[in-house]
Amino acid sequence: MKILVCISRVPDTEARVAFTAEGSAFDESGVTFIMNPYDEWYALVRALELKESLGGSVTVVHVGTAASDPIIRKALAIGADDAVRIDAEASSADFTARQLAAFAKSENYDLILCGKETIDYNGAEVPGMLAELLGLPFVSHAEKLEMEGQKFVLTRPVTGGTEVVEVEGPLVVSAAKGMAEQRIPNMRGIMMAKRKPLKVVPPVEVEEKVQFVHFELPPAKKEVKLIDPENMDELVRLLHEEAKVI
Amino acid sequence: MSVLVFAEMQDGGFKKAAKEAVTYGRKTADMLGVECHALVLGGELPAEASQLGLYGAAKVFGVSHENLTDFDSKLYAHGLAEVARKTGAQVVVLPFTVRGKALGGRVAAALGAASASGVNSLPDLTEGFKVRRPVFSGKAVATVELKGELKVLSLMGNSIPPDDQLGSECPVETLELAIEAPGIRLLKRQKQEGSIPLPEAERVVSGGRGLKGPENWHLIEDLAKALDAATACSRPVADNGWRPHHEHVGQTGLAIRPNLYVAIGISGAIQHLAGVNNSKTIVVINKDPEAPFFKAADYGVVGDLFEVVPRLTEAVKRFKNK
Ligand SMILES: Cc1cc2nc3c(=O)[nH]c(=O)nc-3n(C[C@H](O)[C@H](O)[C@H](O)COP(=O)(O)OP(=O)(O)OC[C@H]3O[C@@H](n4cnc5c(N)ncnc54)[C@H](O)[C@@H]3O)c2cc1C
Ligand SMILES: Nc1ncnc2c1ncn2[C@@H]1O[C@H](COP(=O)(O)O)[C@@H](O)[C@H]1O
Repeated sequence: MKILVCISRVPDTEARVAFTAEGSAFDESGVTFIMNPYDEWYALVRALELKESLGGSVTVVHVGTAASDPIIRKALAIGADDAVRIDAEASSADFTARQLAAFAKSENYDLILCGKETIDYNGAEVPGMLAELLGLPFVSHAEKLEMEGQKFVLTRPVTGGTEVVEVEGPLVVSAAKGMAEQRIPNMRGIMMAKRKPLKVVPPVEVEEKVQFVHFELPPAKKEVKLIDPENMDELVRLLHEEAKVI
Repeated sequence: MSVLVFAEMQDGGFKKAAKEAVTYGRKTADMLGVECHALVLGGELPAEASQLGLYGAAKVFGVSHENLTDFDSKLYAHGLAEVARKTGAQVVVLPFTVRGKALGGRVAAALGAASASGVNSLPDLTEGFKVRRPVFSGKAVATVELKGELKVLSLMGNSIPPDDQLGSECPVETLELAIEAPGIRLLKRQKQEGSIPLPEAERVVSGGRGLKGPENWHLIEDLAKALDAATACSRPVADNGWRPHHEHVGQTGLAIRPNLYVAIGISGAIQHLAGVNNSKTIVVINKDPEAPFFKAADYGVVGDLFEVVPRLTEAVKRFKNK
């Protein structure tokens, strides 16, 4: 089975969120970047598990600049066979999806795995766009992904429960928690990753439709009101009269 | 020219998310000086479709087709895009629900539209077309400019109250669309029994490692029941198997924004806060006065949860019985 995993680069979950003067851009100074956890822990690991049981290959693809090479190497160290970096700043979901689609179109992947969303811009848009641009079925936020014969069987959330669906490939899947368990790269993987191919390709031309023009921090929270642990009636009163939530 | 709202059906009817989206669509349409239309897609159309008029729809388009009985993002996106084209919609609005998320990007790509997801404010039309949306898991807010004729917006839940005074019952026009054969086949549906679904809960009671083990979860459940709330948990709690994975909230779990979030025995790690800090009111119960969660809380109780929680549950019951 030929699998493509789309990986993105995001600030570390502990990163301080700050913006450059006038709030025009995310302030990257002192920020460590990581592979988006959904892509790494769930999409990539599940792809590797499928390859291990069924054979085939796992390619990772990323839209980004050379600054992303460390996270691409990490994906190779965890076990991907090869990597492709589309050399452009991933400025919007539309731009990114069009780059990914242009690359994936001629490669005939059986399965394209994404994360359910990036933890920085939280868009949850790229995978659906990619599926549409490739004309493929798309199962979003999948918590389980199995192969049964020629078919994929997936569990996806619906409000108040889950659904199990069956789809014939090729297809695009976005992965949520539950699909796999995080894998830590070992020494051998890290050594091997250095020799695995990382191909850099130029972007295709895309007209920009979306632009982030401004960022700001939400208004600071008021001081917490401490309530005497003996007096829970007071807390209930405040929740009713002041916060008006009960 | 019009605004077209995807009115998502859930269990054969319309829930809050659909009503919020129609309200938002109507208000946007008013700003643009155009009509607001709603679109219902499904195997069968619900009788209450005309009620979407109350929330501001001037007309409801209905497409019923057996191929739309189960959700397939491709068929739904194509149906929505086709109606948008046919009716000359310039803005398409979807709810940012599980299904809305599966559709938003797809519809935008099908229409070649500019899109923004998780939008939480009405558009600003003073210069171009701008919307605001939370980014960095709610740690910041971005203003996004959308260019071109067509825009697709998905609306973050709880951003605008549904308003049933914006209009009156409206006509429902059924449209015949050629719907392709589905590529996704539903094998089974599993209902989460009893409890209130977490993504749309107004109130949530959540437990962390401070609970010590699954055997103590009746404390969380009793309080949740008294408050008519859903239950949630921190990541280690789900990872330890004390609670099901779908209850895990935070950066790598579910992001929620209820009116009330009660955090019990949860330290308030930044990754946990990322999923809950947009809640309207946060109550924290923790025995450690230095727990970082208190910085994000509106109300705090420093004390032993094993004593405080039963006391709070009783106080809520007393209040409810009044
Ligand atoms: C990349 C990444 C992603 C992550 N994503 C998430 C996520 O999505 N969601 C998430 O929750 N975590 C996430 N985490 C984990 C997060 O960093 C914390 O480890 C986790 O939230 C801690 O869970 P906790 O608060 O339940 O446990 P602890 O940190 O162990 O806190 C337990 C708390 O209970 C209190 N307590 C103990 N006994 C009592 C008592 N008797 N009465 C009152 N209070 C008591 C303690 O004072 C303490 O504050 C992530 C971590 C990483 C690195
Ligand atoms: N720059 C990128 N390069 C490759 N894949 C990406 C990129 N950005 C997003 N993706 C994929 O799309 C998913 C959802 O991203 P988003 O729509 O931005 O929330 C991510 O989890 C990745 O799998």
